[in-house]
Amino acid sequence: MKPKRKRLFFVIAGMAALGIAVTLAIEGLGDNIVYFTSPTNVYAKTIASDKNFRLGGLVEEESVIKTNDGLTTTFRVTDLANTVAVSYTGILPPLFRGGQGVVAVGHLGADGVFIAESVLAKHDENYLPPEVAEALKKSGQWKGGAQ
Amino acid sequence: MIAELGHFAIVLALTVSIAQGVLPLVGAHRRIDSLSAIARPAAIMQFVLLALAFIALTMAFVGSDFSVLNVWQNSHTDKPLLYKISGVWGNHEGSLLLWVLILAAFGFGVATLGNNLPPTLRTRVIAIQGLIGVGFLLLLVFLSNPFERVFPVPAQGTGLNPLLQDPGLAFHPPFLYLGYVGFSIAFSFAVAALIEGKVDAAWARWVRPWTLAAWVALTIGIVMGSWWAYYELGWGGWWFWDPVENASFMPWLLGTALLHSAVVVEKRDTLKSWTVLLAILTFSFSLLGTFIVRSGVLNSVHSFATDPERGVYILVFLVVSIGGSLALYAWRAPALRGGGVFAPVSREGALVLNNLLLIAATATVFIGTMYPLFLDAITGEKVTVGPPFFNATFMPLMVPLLAVMAIGPMMPWKRTDLAGTLSRMKVAAAVTVAVALVTLYLSGFDPILAVLGMALGTWLVAGALVDIGERTQLLRIPLRDTLRRGYNLPRSAWGGAIAHAGMGVAILGITGTLSWEIEKLQIMRPGERIGIAGYELEFRGVEPVTGPNYEAARGTFHVYLNDELVEIMQPESRRFTDPPMVTTEAAIRPRNFGDLYAVVGDSNGDGGFATRIYHKPMINWLWIGSLMMAAGGLVSLTDRRLRVGAPRRSALPAKTERRPPQEATT
Repeated sequence: MKPKRKRLFFVIAGMAALGIAVTLAIEGLGDNIVYFTSPTNVYAKTIASDKNFRLGGLVEEESVIKTNDGLTTTFRVTDLANTVAVSYTGILPPLFRGGQGVVAVGHLGADGVFIAESVLAKHDENYLPPEVAEALKKSGQWKGGAQ
Repeated sequence: MIAELGHFAIVLALTVSIAQGVLPLVGAHRRIDSLSAIARPAAIMQFVLLALAFIALTMAFVGSDFSVLNVWQNSHTDKPLLYKISGVWGNHEGSLLLWVLILAAFGFGVATLGNNLPPTLRTRVIAIQGLIGVGFLLLLVFLSNPFERVFPVPAQGTGLNPLLQDPGLAFHPPFLYLGYVGFSIAFSFAVAALIEGKVDAAWARWVRPWTLAAWVALTIGIVMGSWWAYYELGWGGWWFWDPVENASFMPWLLGTALLHSAVVVEKRDTLKSWTVLLAILTFSFSLLGTFIVRSGVLNSVHSFATDPERGVYILVFLVVSIGGSLALYAWRAPALRGGGVFAPVSREGALVLNNLLLIAATATVFIGTMYPLFLDAITGEKVTVGPPFFNATFMPLMVPLLAVMAIGPMMPWKRTDLAGTLSRMKVAAAVTVAVALVTLYLSGFDPILAVLGMALGTWLVAGALVDIGERTQLLRIPLRDTLRRGYNLPRSAWGGAIAHAGMGVAILGITGTLSWEIEKLQIMRPGERIGIAGYELEFRGVEPVTGPNYEAARGTFHVYLNDELVEIMQPESRRFTDPPMVTTEAAIRPRNFGDLYAVVGDSNGDGGFATRIYHKPMINWLWIGSLMMAAGGLVSLTDRRLRVGAPRRSALPAKTERRPPQEATT
C-alpha cells in the first residue's frame, strides 16, 4: 500500500473500530444500567417488576426477621419517610443489623416486596453509603455527622 | 524529628524536580550543555530524596509514631509488622509518595543505565520524567502531605482497614504502581521523540523493555488484586467490573496494544506516530486510573466536594498533562514519517487489528466506567453499570481478537498468504473442534458461552504450541536439532508464545469456572454432611479463636472423598476492633481441577449455621494463565537484542555531527 492509502486505511479502520465500540456501548447501556432508588422514589415512580435497581436506605430497627429455613431474611429499608419491604436469601454481610445503611440490588416482586439478589453493607460500622446519605437528605431526615 | 526530615525531603524533591524538568529541556533545545548536564544528577538526587522521605514515613509507621496524622489514621500498635509497613501505602498520601518514589526510580534508571542513548534524547526523557514528578510533588507537598503532625498526640492509632491486612493485598499496590508508573517511561520517550521529531528502530528498542517491564508488573498487580478479591471477600468472585478494577484494566489493555505496536516500529520502521500516540494514551489512562481511584471520585462524584482543592488540582493536572501531550502530538506527529509498507493481510496488518480491537475494548470499558460519573454530574441521577454491560460490549470485541491472536505470530511480515498460514494450523483447528464438541456435550446450560470460551482458549494454546513447533521444525527434523533450534530461538519468540498460551489458559479457566461452578447455600448443624462435586463435607461446628488483633469464629469442615478424610477446612469470620469491622475468611482447598471454597456465616440461634460451599472448577487455570502471561513478558525481557547492541545505531549520527558527549562532566 502507498503511504497515503495506508493512512486512509488506518483512519477508516480506526473509525470503524471506535464506531463499533461506541455502538456496542450505547446498546449495552440502554439495557444494563442499574438505577439507584430511595424508598420514597420506589413508590413515586412506577418501576417495571422485572427490572433490576439498587435500593438504598437504612435498615429499619427491629424489622429484621429470619424465616423458618434460616436462610431467607426479611427486613424493611427506610429513608425515614417511606419504607420498602425486602426479602433476601443468602448469607447477609457481617454487621448487618437494624439502623445500618444498606444498598440492596434486586427487583420488585409482584406483591411489592423487593427481592434482593445481593445486599451490600459496608464492613465499617460508621459508614453510610453516599447514595443513602443523599436519599436521607432528600427525605429531609438527614441528621448529619454519620460520616 | 524523622517526620520533619521526611517533609523536608519531599519539599527539596519538589525543587529538584522543577530543576530537572525545566533546565535540561532548555539546555537540549538551545544546545547549552551545562544546562543539559543537570538532568542526570538531578534525577539521581530526586530519587535519593524521595527514598529518604519514604524511609522516614516507613519508620514512623513501624515505630507507631502517632504524632504523625497519617500514621494515627492508618496504623495501630497491635498490627503485625508486615501490615504496619503496608500501611505506608494503604492510604492516599502514602500511596502518592510511593508513586513519586517509583517515578523517580525510573528516572534514576534512565539516568544511570541510559549510557547508550543519544544524549539529547536521554536529557529530554529525564526532563519529562521530572515534569511529571513536579505535578505529583505539588499535590503531595501542598495538598496531601503525609508527614502532617497531629496535636495533642493520640495514644493509639485507628488502625488499617482489616480487609487490607492481607499478604496478597500488601504487595498489590506496589506492583500496580510499578506498572502505572512504568508506562511513564514510554510516555517520556514518546514526548521526547515528538520534540526531537524522530522515531526509529533504536527508539522502539528502548521503549519496548520499559513498557514490557511495566506491563509485567501491572499484570501481576491486577492478578494479585483479583486473587485477593477471590479469597478475601468471601463469595468467590474474582472480577466485578468495578470502576476501581477498570481503572487498572484500561492501562493494561492499552499497554498491551503499545507492546505490540512497538514491535512493528522496531522490526518494520512503520506505525511510528500511532505508537507514540499509544504511549501517550497508555500513561494518560494510568494517570486517570491512579487519580480517580485514590481521590475517591469513583465511589461518588461528591468525594470531589469533600476535598474540592484536591479534586480541582487533579482535574487541572490531568487536563494539562494529557491535553498538553496530545496537543504536542497533533503539532509534531506529522513529522514522523513511516517507512515500511505492508499489505492488509500481513503480520503488521494483524497487529493493527490487535491494536484496533484493544482500543475499541478500552473505549467500551471507559464508557461503562465513566458514564455513571457523567450522568451523576449532569442530572444527579445515580446509576451503576455492572457486569451485564461489559459482557455485552467487551466480550464480543474479544472474540475476533483471540481468534486472530493465535495465528498472528505465524504470519510473515509485509504480505501473508493467509491460506498457507491457516493450513499450518490444521492440527490446532482439529484440537479446537474436538474440545468444542466435548464442551457441547458436557455443558448443561449456556452452551454458547462455554463452547466459545473453551474453543478460543484451546485455539490460543494450540496456536502457541504450533508456532513454537513450526519454528523449531518439530517432528520434521531430528529431535536433537529441534532442541537446538528451540534453544537458539529468540527469547522474545518464546516469551510471546508463553504469554499467548497463558492468555488461552486463563480463558479456559474463566470459561470453566463460569460454566461449571456449583454453589450450595444451606443451614448446617454440627455433624451434618453435604455432597459437592464428588466430595462430602461434614460440618463440625464453630469455635471461638483469638488472633493478634481480632476475635474470630472458626468453623470446621471435614472433607471426605470415598469416606476417606482428605482435607480439613476452617473458614473464619473475624471481628476486628480497630477499626471495628468484620471480615470473612473463606477456606479454600485446590481439589479436583478446581477449588473447594467454604464460608461460614451467622448462627440461626438454634444450633445451626448458615454455610456456603462452592466448587470452582478450573479457577486455578485463571491464576496460572495470568502468571504465564507475566512470565512470558519476563522471558521476552531477557531477549538478547533488548540488552545489547541496538541503540548504537542511532548513537552514530550524533557522533558524526562531532558534538562532544553532552554530559561527560557527570
